[in-house]
Amino acid sequence: MATTEQFRALFDPRGVVVAGASTHPGKFGFVALHNILANGYEGRVFATNRDAAPVLGIETVPSLDDIPAGEADLLFVCTPAVTNLDVLRSAAERGIRAAFLASAGYGEAGEEGRRAQDELVALAEELGILIVGPNGQGLVSTPSSLCAQIVAPYPPAGRIGVASQSGNFVSSFMNYACATGVGISRAVSAGNAAMVGVTDFLAFYAEDAETDVALAYVEGITDGRRFFRELSDVAERMPVVLVKGGATSGGARAAASHTGSLASDDRVFDGMCRQAGAIRARSIEEAYEVAASFATQPTPRGNRVAVVSTAGGWGVVTADAIAGTDLELLALPDDLITALDAELPPRWSRNNPIDMAGGETKDTIPAVLAIVARHPDVDAIVLLGMGIQSNQGRMEHDGPFFPEWGLDRIAAFHDRQDHRYTTLAAELSEELGKPLLVATELAVTFPDNAAVRGTVEAGRLCYPSSNRAVNALARLWERTQWQARRHG
Amino acid sequence: MPTASPISGSITLSEADSKALLGRFGVPLAGERLADDPDAAVVAADELGYPVVAKLNGERIAHKTERGLVRLNLADADAVRTAATDLLGAATAADGQVQVLVAPMLRGNRELIAGLSKDPQFGMTVMVGIGGIFAEALADVAIRLVPIERVDAEEMIDELRTQALLGPFRGEPAVDRTQLADVLLGLSRAAVATPELVSADLNPLIVVDGLPIAVDALVEVQA
Repeated sequence: MATTEQFRALFDPRGVVVAGASTHPGKFGFVALHNILANGYEGRVFATNRDAAPVLGIETVPSLDDIPAGEADLLFVCTPAVTNLDVLRSAAERGIRAAFLASAGYGEAGEEGRRAQDELVALAEELGILIVGPNGQGLVSTPSSLCAQIVAPYPPAGRIGVASQSGNFVSSFMNYACATGVGISRAVSAGNAAMVGVTDFLAFYAEDAETDVALAYVEGITDGRRFFRELSDVAERMPVVLVKGGATSGGARAAASHTGSLASDDRVFDGMCRQAGAIRARSIEEAYEVAASFATQPTPRGNRVAVVSTAGGWGVVTADAIAGTDLELLALPDDLITALDAELPPRWSRNNPIDMAGGETKDTIPAVLAIVARHPDVDAIVLLGMGIQSNQGRMEHDGPFFPEWGLDRIAAFHDRQDHRYTTLAAELSEELGKPLLVATELAVTFPDNAAVRGTVEAGRLCYPSSNRAVNALARLWERTQWQARRHG
Repeated sequence: MPTASPISGSITLSEADSKALLGRFGVPLAGERLADDPDAAVVAADELGYPVVAKLNGERIAHKTERGLVRLNLADADAVRTAATDLLGAATAADGQVQVLVAPMLRGNRELIAGLSKDPQFGMTVMVGIGGIFAEALADVAIRLVPIERVDAEEMIDELRTQALLGPFRGEPAVDRTQLADVLLGLSRAAVATPELVSADLNPLIVVDGLPIAVDALVEVQA
């Protein structure tokens, strides 16, 4: 059983050794060292190379025995499987407590590989070293500016802890983090999970002061009951978002009972997640968005949603999306309607979705947003139609008439306004402890739009559509309910 | 010899024994009698009150409906006598020891299904779903790992997609969710207390005046 101290050695090491650093830029042993050096890691970096050839400006040594003791906590292993038992023994003598093995040739490689893997684990346990992998992509830890992995990217810092049975999906989640700005605290690919698997990392994240939400991808589960217990334990303490690959691969089951034939793998897994209190996402992008929502939005205290829009159609579709969830489109109370009457032109919707009908002054949107957000009946807000004016400003800026005809002033004005609106949205959300989700396709079509930037700079996810915002909010509410039913 | 089953080394209990096992854990059952011959079946029906259902009962009889071994809505003694004679006559040597099970004919527009099954990865699970002839086509079910708590049972019921079937329906009151949760908790307790249990079906659970009542049960145990 891995200790918290070992996980700290893995994620926040004082120094790192790359075993098997290579001068060939196509080799893992080069890429791993490159990525550690290129992303701001501040601890000491050592590397071994059979010929002691310098790599990327690092003087390498032929053996781990040549590395000063007590300077490094983490070993990143790119050496061939046959040499790794010796590598581990030397590492333990140098005071290293954790090793990530990118090396292949273990459990994934037939009977002989499985034997080698068992030997590796037995030795690691004897030496008190945590083994992660083998056959994994690596790990990332933004609090330590550590990018110890054999692939890009390095994500922005944030509060999401990722653990995955597939390294590819660690990359996918981190690519989403790069694209949206909602960052990652720790990320790790479990590889063959010889010693520790996904739930072990989740258990560490539940204790980790740097992590607020766990995000996991799983495929095969060897011990279902143990998985359930560990998942329950983590979900009790922290939101867990989970995607399962291969959930539908199990065919219809031969069973004597109707119950047995209805209890498909997928439905059992689904029920297990609900019972454990984990949020099961249906796709990688949903998983990321829901995790990003847990990481950046306050917990909803109720399910009554106000939809605030600068124009009609978006609000209507959003109301439809809400109708398909456990969320409720709040029927506007009279005092809220009266308060909004004072701010909006007579043609406003006087209904939820709150369609501001365009005719606003420069302070209308902030005023309306504050009134709605502060109303005690409103539990959450979905804000739509931000960034339209600054998108027009972009066209004017890029067009043939700029900056004449006052286009420079108007474009700058719209940028300021849109940025102000979404900045205020985040501030209100923070102050009031209510989810306030900004949704616009500009998040993907023109991510440098001022409204999008206002949201992203506030550390929030700018949802690419209102349906996706509503779904994320519904999943936050799902957890609130799960907790309320169990802990009152 | 016991009925062959996909899970090797398991046998199915007769309907009467299945009900006796699950009934001990609070699963609601229609009152019923076992009769060895047509005369005894008529006596049982007289005691229960008409109309009644008659079924062939035996350890090796698993899929009665498919074999035409269920007679519904028997209105009087003559009908019971005829049905019991037919059923006993339909038994084959392979069915082994058989009897006629006589039960009150329960009426309800809605059928649910509940049960237990052993998942190869997660072990024993409990299920509730929409029953009746569309049960497998709709596959509107909720599953949890045994044991469950009341909150889990309640969430399972809430999770079913066809909530309209659980509310007031065609002149019948809403399904009593507490009672339905009790059924699931009873199944869960039965599984915990009976390690040799492999699967259980309550199919259907007929909703009578809002109360779920199991009119058929099939329990599979390790031999």
